[in-house]
Amino acid sequence: MTVKAMRDRILRAVFAFSLCSFASATFAQTSSVTLPDSIDTRVMACTGCHGARGEGSHDDYYPRLAGKPAGYLYNQLAAFRNGQRKYAPMTYLLEYLPDSYLHEMAQYFAAQQPPFPKMPTPTASPQVMALGKKLTNEGDKARDIPACIACHGASLTGVSPNIPGLLGLRAKYISAQLGASRYGARGSDHPNCMQKITHRMTDSDIAAVSAWLSSLPEPLSPAPATEGSLPLALTCGTGEPK
Amino acid sequence: MVARGEYLARASDCIACHSKPGERPFAGGRPMVTPFGTLYSPNISPDRDTGIGAWTADEFYKMMHTGRSRSGELLYPAMPFTAYTKMSRTDVDAIFAYLKTVPAIRQPNRPHALRFPYNDRKLLLGWRALYFTEGEYQPNPAKSKEWNRGAYLAEGPGHCSMCHTPINALGGSSRSAAYEGGLIPMQDWYAPSLTSNREAGLGEWSIEEISDLLQAGVSERGAVYGPMAEVVHNSLQYMSDADIRAMAVYLKDLPGSTPPASSHAQDAEALRLNPLGKKIYANQCASCHGTRGEGRGRDFPPLAGNQSIQMDSPVNPIRMVLNGGYPPGTLRNPRPYGMPPFAQDLSDEEVAAVVTYIRTTWGNRGTPITDRDVNALRSAPLD
Repeated sequence: MTVKAMRDRILRAVFAFSLCSFASATFAQTSSVTLPDSIDTRVMACTGCHGARGEGSHDDYYPRLAGKPAGYLYNQLAAFRNGQRKYAPMTYLLEYLPDSYLHEMAQYFAAQQPPFPKMPTPTASPQVMALGKKLTNEGDKARDIPACIACHGASLTGVSPNIPGLLGLRAKYISAQLGASRYGARGSDHPNCMQKITHRMTDSDIAAVSAWLSSLPEPLSPAPATEGSLPLALTCGTGEPK
Repeated sequence: MVARGEYLARASDCIACHSKPGERPFAGGRPMVTPFGTLYSPNISPDRDTGIGAWTADEFYKMMHTGRSRSGELLYPAMPFTAYTKMSRTDVDAIFAYLKTVPAIRQPNRPHALRFPYNDRKLLLGWRALYFTEGEYQPNPAKSKEWNRGAYLAEGPGHCSMCHTPINALGGSSRSAAYEGGLIPMQDWYAPSLTSNREAGLGEWSIEEISDLLQAGVSERGAVYGPMAEVVHNSLQYMSDADIRAMAVYLKDLPGSTPPASSHAQDAEALRLNPLGKKIYANQCASCHGTRGEGRGRDFPPLAGNQSIQMDSPVNPIRMVLNGGYPPGTLRNPRPYGMPPFAQDLSDEEVAAVVTYIRTTWGNRGTPITDRDVNALRSAPLD
């Protein structure tokens, strides 16, 4: 090795060592981090629980976000931030983020189309599944409970911009949301349409419809129905995103 | 005068305590849990019956300056009157003029729920004798105009010392330990030292880096989180470049007094935990914070050389790993990068391992932590 090569090597080592010793602006040029500056990277705080593309996780309570209408997702983000939906870890993450950024996050997850996960087969009895199927497709006129498909779309993939899809979600999650709606822990703009319905549902109704919805196969098209394509059963929806 | 008052009300962060999150501003009613019981902030909107609509500017200044309510009652020091006393009459008048213009909200004040004996306001006389000096800020003629402006903002409206000076068992801040940092009671966050101490303070930070942190919420050396995210969100992001720089100049000049911590990197506990910590770091952390803990600019804070990770108190790094967090979206940084929460993925032992690893690697000189330290913070308040 020549003296010059040796000197270069020592200089390089000294340089590397000094870089390691000081976390400073110099790192901007030498960072080993290769993640692109993109919205994908900026939502990494979400994807740890909700899946890399919002597909959901194996945990019952971290729902699929992918493909839900952007207005719905934005309304939920804002509701967590403003305390209308009660889940402290979400409120904590979103507390100081501006509307414009929540819209961008909502649009990102709305545009994702990862495959639907394979759901565990529900252990509910045939009678329970039959009730779930009936409530989903027909509702219960005697008790003024509209069918899920009357607002959430014939294929249950939701309706743009504000009505969520109900597929690719686990039974425990759906059940928890219906319960939270009933007890006012899952607020939305007034009048709160869903709460009117969940007030009329019994615990057995909720268990049945949750089991049935979680058993449904992947839809042919994951896209939500377009706005205005469905005459809604109730006209008290969430309206424009606030 | 109203615009100036709005600016100063933001600099004083009135809105943080005098509003309930998600509800109308300045109507008060926000519960503040203290070791002595729960205080409820009063309505400071201009409603005549339940707010300050019937007050005069003299009465408002007297309250801010002396820490006594309009009726002469002693205020609990959750109201930062020990700092606001330093504000000029002109500035306090401007805040009052601004508060008169915000929407009046009729909402009666909720009585405090303090335990005996703290519900006796007479006790506050003793507290005041120890910890309160009434009087407006007196400029230091040996320092520059900019330094004095920064000192006024930090010590007066900014009330930085409320969190960044250690709080003792009486809920007081000792002047001898000014800005040395301390655990914020009930919130389980550690407000770091702001002195020029090189281990824990701002000694190595440049004026630009301090300014970036205060105004944008992110800097090349780290981002704000926890209670400081709220301060930047509500208050500091709106301050002018000149005022932010003045505060940075003042803070950078604070004398340091804490001796540097010795190296504990070779502790047996660190040696035991570090192989697991290294593995978790490589899998979960390195993609953003870099293989050498170097981070990347303002996007991903560096962990090597980062004081908030090496401080004697490990609560901040543990909570960051458990709860994650987005720095505040600010005018200068409206789309911050965020840290994912790991509470749901990592066990107490795993969090202890990765936090020990980042506290003791790359020349960092923090102490190892245990799974008990982690477990104690799993139930820390998130609001």
